[in-house]
Amino acid sequence: MTSDFLLSLAQAVSKGLLTGMVYGLMALGLSVIFGVMRVVNFAHGEMMVVGMYLAWMGFDALQVTPMLSLPLVAVLFFAIGYVLQRGLIQPFISRPEHQQFLLLLAVGTLLANACLAIAGPDSRTVQLDSQFDSYELGPLVLDAVRVQAAVVALAIAVLLFLFFTRTRTGKSIRAAADNHMGALVVGLDVRRLYAVTFGIGAACVGAAGALMTTLIPVTPFLAGEYTLLAFVIVIVGGLGSMTGALLGGLLIGVSEAVAGLLLQPSLKSMFSFGLLIVVLLLRPQGLLGRKEAR
Amino acid sequence: MNARAAVGLAILLALLLAAPALLGGYGLSILILLLYFAYVGQAWNIMMGFAGQLSLGHALYAGLGGYIAAGLYFHYGIGPWLGIFAAVAVAVAAGSIVGYLGFRFSLAGVYFALLTIAFAEFTRIGFDNWEWTGGSGGLFLRVERGVVDLANLRGGPVLFYYVILALAVGAFMLCRVLLESRLGRYWLAIREDAEAAQAVGVPVLRCKMLAVMISAALTAVAGVWNAFYYNNLFPETAFAMSRSIEMTLAPIIGGLGTLFGPFVGAVVLTGLGEVFTAAGDRLDIPGIKQIFYGLALLLIVMYRPAGVWPWLATRLGFTERKP
Repeated sequence: MTSDFLLSLAQAVSKGLLTGMVYGLMALGLSVIFGVMRVVNFAHGEMMVVGMYLAWMGFDALQVTPMLSLPLVAVLFFAIGYVLQRGLIQPFISRPEHQQFLLLLAVGTLLANACLAIAGPDSRTVQLDSQFDSYELGPLVLDAVRVQAAVVALAIAVLLFLFFTRTRTGKSIRAAADNHMGALVVGLDVRRLYAVTFGIGAACVGAAGALMTTLIPVTPFLAGEYTLLAFVIVIVGGLGSMTGALLGGLLIGVSEAVAGLLLQPSLKSMFSFGLLIVVLLLRPQGLLGRKEAR
Repeated sequence: MNARAAVGLAILLALLLAAPALLGGYGLSILILLLYFAYVGQAWNIMMGFAGQLSLGHALYAGLGGYIAAGLYFHYGIGPWLGIFAAVAVAVAAGSIVGYLGFRFSLAGVYFALLTIAFAEFTRIGFDNWEWTGGSGGLFLRVERGVVDLANLRGGPVLFYYVILALAVGAFMLCRVLLESRLGRYWLAIREDAEAAQAVGVPVLRCKMLAVMISAALTAVAGVWNAFYYNNLFPETAFAMSRSIEMTLAPIIGGLGTLFGPFVGAVVLTGLGEVFTAAGDRLDIPGIKQIFYGLALLLIVMYRPAGVWPWLATRLGFTERKP
């Protein structure tokens, strides 16, 4: 073990942790939606790609950096998510899983290909001056944009956590998730809460998309890959658990970065899927998930 | 099945048998695609439609089947009629592993579906890095024009058309027999309520395992056919999640758990696909075909959630007994 190797390992781990924070925010959206209404959002990666394109367009047309357009993207995504849930998904809540799957598959196909039709198949990059900046932390060199993205992702996660624990609406949503019938009995407007939840989930993934544009170029073909990545993260962390999604994001971020360093880069996601299989079998509720009656 | 349905079926079969003489090359290629989707849909339907186990990783079985048979032919000259046994054996083994782990650890619904996706993705990346099958560069079979060699399944579209027609009809009849059998009844009981089935003595684990194994075996055969028809294999497409999803569409759209559902769904899908390709070529916007496709899926799942066939069957006066 040379110190060179240890340093590059530490470098990879820190990079993985920072990227993993953004992954975590993306997966948080999926986890919140599933945790509350038991619907798996098969259009999650597609939604993130739409968020990435919105941030890119803001930069390309108006020179607004993704960090600045992020709140706008999030608000817009909340509105879209709210309407989407009200109009399309609500009737499917009590339907069989394969019908929900087909519905969201159709939504995802529409979103990804709308991006393709509008922006074309070429990959789009947001060129920021700050992309060449870095912070030095002892011997470690951290990309400035990656640090900023991670900090913003963490801040959003904290806000969300406060929303769910401190506000009336947040508490009502948790109540509806815990006991659907009970929530109806005490007079909560569960349909509205579901729509708010889907809006929040969408806002998370939209914000994650805006952050992602500062790290990687965007193409419409990223969508499928990120849907899968989000699944892996939430299953590992615990489907429906908020801290689990963040932890899963960090774990997958680090494992990807370290596997990319130690193994062939093409093998890095094999590690993630391997981890997914092990967690599914040994702890299907995820690392931080609660066991539920099946 | 009533007399009217029997006559309709006989006419349909006669038309399908005569199709190569009636259609041009393009028409035949579409019909081949249609029958392929009908066949793999039938195979997938055994697991989801009959036994109620949602698999979104069926590309695993088709990919393994295709790669094993094509690899044996490519490296050792072993023809597909022999290679298919190895292909099916490997796919059944893979299906048993996925099924056993999933069922033994009682993963249900979405969790089971994610396990099947994970295994397919895991294998895809493995094949990307496996030299014997050409890695991510792909595996190619030699094509000789004008040669018809039945022993090695080499030949033109007409040959592959009749093979896939035979497979589709065979799978249909197999499913019909299965559905009428004790096993088929057990499957339906499990699909409706696994716990109740267990309570009245249905061997739930064994029945689910049989469903995965039969489904994987049939899907592997489709993979072999596919590999020899297209003459190339890439891990990126052979094990892709999009390929798994493709296999689920015909039975879901046609009508889950019905015998005619996969075929009707395949007709709807390929028909729409052709119309949208034509419209897309005219409009010349990237992705427009997929947008139409997405809209069609959306409308079907919103307005015909139980599938097109059950509704169509009543309309046409055929009544398939509800399984």
